[in-house]
Amino acid sequence: MNKRSRRKVLIFGIVFGVSIATVLALTAFEENLLYFYSPTDVKAGKAPDSHAFRVGGLVVDGSVMREPDSLTVQFDVTDNEETMTVKYTGILPDLFREGQGIVAMGSMNDGGTFVADEVLAKHDENYMPPEVAEALKAAEDLAKQKAAQKAALEAVNQGSK
Amino acid sequence: MIPELGHFALIIAFAIAIVQSVVPIIGAAKNDTALISMARPTALAQFLFVGISYAALTHAFIVHDFSVQYVANHSNLVQPLIYRISGVWGSHEGSLLLWALILAAWTVAVAVYSRNLPEILMARVLAVMGMISTGFLAFMLFTSNPFTRIFPAPLDGNELNPLLQDPGLAIHPPMLYMGYVGFSVAFAFAVAALLGGKLDATWARWSRPWTTIAWSFLTLGIALGSWWAYNELGWGGWWFWDPVENASFMPWLVGTALIHSLASTEKRGVFKSWTVLLAITAFSLSLFGTFIVRSGVLVSVHAFATDPTRGVFILGFLIVVVGGSLALYAWRSASVVSYGRFTWFSRESALLLNNIIFLTAAGAVFVGTMYPLVIDAFGAGKISVGRPYFDTMFSLISIPLLLLLGIGPVVRWKGDNWSRIAKNVSIMLIASLVIGLLLPFFIEDQLNIATGLGLAGALFVALTTLKDLLSRMRQSARIPLAYAGMIMAHFGVAVFVAGVTVTVSYDVEKDLRMEPGSSYDIAGYEFRFQGTRKVKGENYIADEAVIEVWSDGEKTGELFPQKRVYSGKDNPMTDASIDKTFFRDLYAAIGEELEDGAWSMRVYYKPLVRWIWLGSLLMTIGGVLAVSDRRYRQAVTSRSRQGDDKASVMTSA
Repeated sequence: MNKRSRRKVLIFGIVFGVSIATVLALTAFEENLLYFYSPTDVKAGKAPDSHAFRVGGLVVDGSVMREPDSLTVQFDVTDNEETMTVKYTGILPDLFREGQGIVAMGSMNDGGTFVADEVLAKHDENYMPPEVAEALKAAEDLAKQKAAQKAALEAVNQGSK
Repeated sequence: MIPELGHFALIIAFAIAIVQSVVPIIGAAKNDTALISMARPTALAQFLFVGISYAALTHAFIVHDFSVQYVANHSNLVQPLIYRISGVWGSHEGSLLLWALILAAWTVAVAVYSRNLPEILMARVLAVMGMISTGFLAFMLFTSNPFTRIFPAPLDGNELNPLLQDPGLAIHPPMLYMGYVGFSVAFAFAVAALLGGKLDATWARWSRPWTTIAWSFLTLGIALGSWWAYNELGWGGWWFWDPVENASFMPWLVGTALIHSLASTEKRGVFKSWTVLLAITAFSLSLFGTFIVRSGVLVSVHAFATDPTRGVFILGFLIVVVGGSLALYAWRSASVVSYGRFTWFSRESALLLNNIIFLTAAGAVFVGTMYPLVIDAFGAGKISVGRPYFDTMFSLISIPLLLLLGIGPVVRWKGDNWSRIAKNVSIMLIASLVIGLLLPFFIEDQLNIATGLGLAGALFVALTTLKDLLSRMRQSARIPLAYAGMIMAHFGVAVFVAGVTVTVSYDVEKDLRMEPGSSYDIAGYEFRFQGTRKVKGENYIADEAVIEVWSDGEKTGELFPQKRVYSGKDNPMTDASIDKTFFRDLYAAIGEELEDGAWSMRVYYKPLVRWIWLGSLLMTIGGVLAVSDRRYRQAVTSRSRQGDDKASVMTSA
C-alpha cells in the first residue's frame, strides 16, 4: 500500500471509529440525563411522567414516617412554596434530617408520590445542595412576584373605585 | 511574624519565577551563554523561596496560629499533628501552594538530572516551567493568599471534617499533584522543542522517563482516592463518576495515551507532532482538573460569580497556557516531517489505535462531566449525567482496548506478519473466550455475556502478557527493566479488569432491617446480628453492632460497624466494618435504630474487590520499573551527544 492510500484508509478508519463511538455515546448520554426539578416545578407539571429525574428541597419537620417492619420511609420535601411526598426504601444518609436540604433521584408513581432510588445529603453539615438553594430562591422570588402583582392589582382596583 | 515571612518569601519566589521565565528564553533566542546559564540558579532559588513559604504555612498550622485565616478555617486545637500538617493542602489556597512547591521541585529535578541536555534546550524547558510557576504564584498572591490575617484572631479554629481525617486521604492530594505537575515536564519539553523550531524525536527521549514517573504518581493518587472512598464513605463503592474523580481521571487517560505515543516517537520517530499535542493536552487537563476541583466551580458554576477575580484569572491562565501552546504548535508543527515508515500491521499502528481509544475514553468523560456545567452556566436548567452513561461507555471502550492490549505488544515495529503471531494469539483468544464465557455458568449456572466478555478480556491480556514474558526470557536471561515495567503494568490491567468485572457482576448488596439475634444469608455467608453496645473513642461515642459471620457451620469472622457521634457534631457518622481477604470482602454498615432494638443495616459481599487496587498498584510499580531501567539512562547519555550536535546545527542555522 502506498503512502497516500494508506493515509486514506487510516483517516477513514479513524472517522469510522469516532462516528461509532459518538453515536453510542450520544445514545447512552441521552438516556442518562437527569433533570432537576423543584416541588414547584413538579406541581406545575414540568417533570416527566415516565423518565427518572431528581428533585430537591428541605425535609418538612415532622413529616418523616417509617413503615413498621420494613426499611420504607416516607417524607415531605418542600421549597417553601409547594410540598411533595417522597418514598424511599433503604438506608438514609447520615446527614438526612428534618429541616435539612436533600436531593432525591427517582420517578413519579401513579399516586403522585415520588419514589426515590437514591437519597443524597451532602457531607458537610453547613452545606446546602446548590440545586436546593437555588430552587428555594426561585420559589421565593416567584412568591414575591405574585404578591407584588396581587398588590398592584389591588391598588389598581382600589384606584378605579 | 512567620506568616509575614512566608508571604514575603512567596513574593520573592514570584519575582524569581518571572526572571526564570524571561531571561533564559531571551538567552536562547540570542544564543547568549550568560543569559542561558541563568536558568538553573533561578530554578533553584525559586524552589528555595517557595519551600520557605510552604514551611511557614506548615508552621502556622503546627503552632495553631489562628490569626491566619486559612489556618483558622481548616484546623483546630484538638486536631492531631499529622492532620494539621496535611491540613495545609486541605483547601484551595494551601493546595495551590503545594502545587507550586511540587512544580518547583520537579523543575529542580529536571535541572539536576538532565545534565546531558543541551544547555539551550534546558534553558527553554526551565523557562517554560518558570512561566507556569509565575502563573500559579500570581494567582495565589493576587486572589488566594494563604497568609491573609484575621483580626481579632479566634481562640479556636473550625474542625476539619472527621471524614477527611484519614491517612489515605491525607496523602491522596500530594500524589495526585505529583502526577498533575509531573505532566508539566513533558509539556515544557514539548513547548521548548516547538520554541526551538526543531521538533525531532530527542525531546521525546528526554521527556519520556519524566512522563512515565508522573503517570505512576497519578495512578497511585487516583487509586488512593478510590480506596479512601471505599473505606470511609460508608457506601462500599470504589468509583462514583463524580466530577471531582473525573477531573483526575481525564489527565490520566490522556497521560496514558501520551506515554504510549512517546514510545513510538522515541523509538521510531513517528507521530511527532501528535505526541506534542498529547503532551499539551495532558497538562492542560491537569491544570483544568486542579482548578475545577479547588475553585468551587463544581459545587456551583455560580461560585465564579461570587468571586469573579478568581474565575477570570483561572480562565485567563487556561487561555494563555492552552491557547498559547496550541498557537505555537500550529505555527511550528507544519514543518514537522515524520520520517519513520510503517505498514498497517505494526507496533506503530497498534500504539496509534491505543491513542485513539484512550482519547475516546477521555472525550466521553469530558462530555459527561462538562455538559451539566455548560448547561447550568447558560441557565438552561440543572441536569446531571447518570452513572449508567459512564459505565456503558467504558464497558464498550474496554473491548477493543483489551483486544489490542493482548496483540499490540507482540507486534514488531515497522511492520509484521499477521500469520507470524496469528497462531498464538488466536489460540489464546479462543481459549480466553471459551473459559471466560463458561465461568459464569460455574459461578451461578447462567450465561452472562457481559461478565463473560470481561473475564475473557482479563484472561486474554494476562495470557498474552505472560506468554510474551516467557518467550522473552527464553531468548535471553536478562530482562530489561523497561520491558519488565511494561509487562507488570499490562498484567496490572488484567488484574484490574478481572476485579472490576467480578465485583460489579457478583457483588451482593442488601439493605436490611435486623433485630438482635436474627441472621441473614448472602453468598454463602451467614451474618448473625448479636446486638449493639456503646463504645467510647478518642473524640467520639458510638453505637457498635456486633455481627458474627458464619460459613459452613463455622464462625469465620466478626464485624463491628459503628455509628459515631463526634464531640461537637450533631450528625452521626457511619463507620463501616470490612472483613478483607484476597478473594472477597464482607462489608457491614449500620443505618439507624428502628423500633424494638432493631437496626437498619447494609451488608455487602464484594468478591475480588481488592484486585481493583492491586491492579492499579501493579500499574504504578510497572511505571516505576520502566523509569529505573539502567540501559535506558545509558542510552540517553550516548544519544544526547547527537542531540548536542543537532542543537548546535539548529542554533547556527
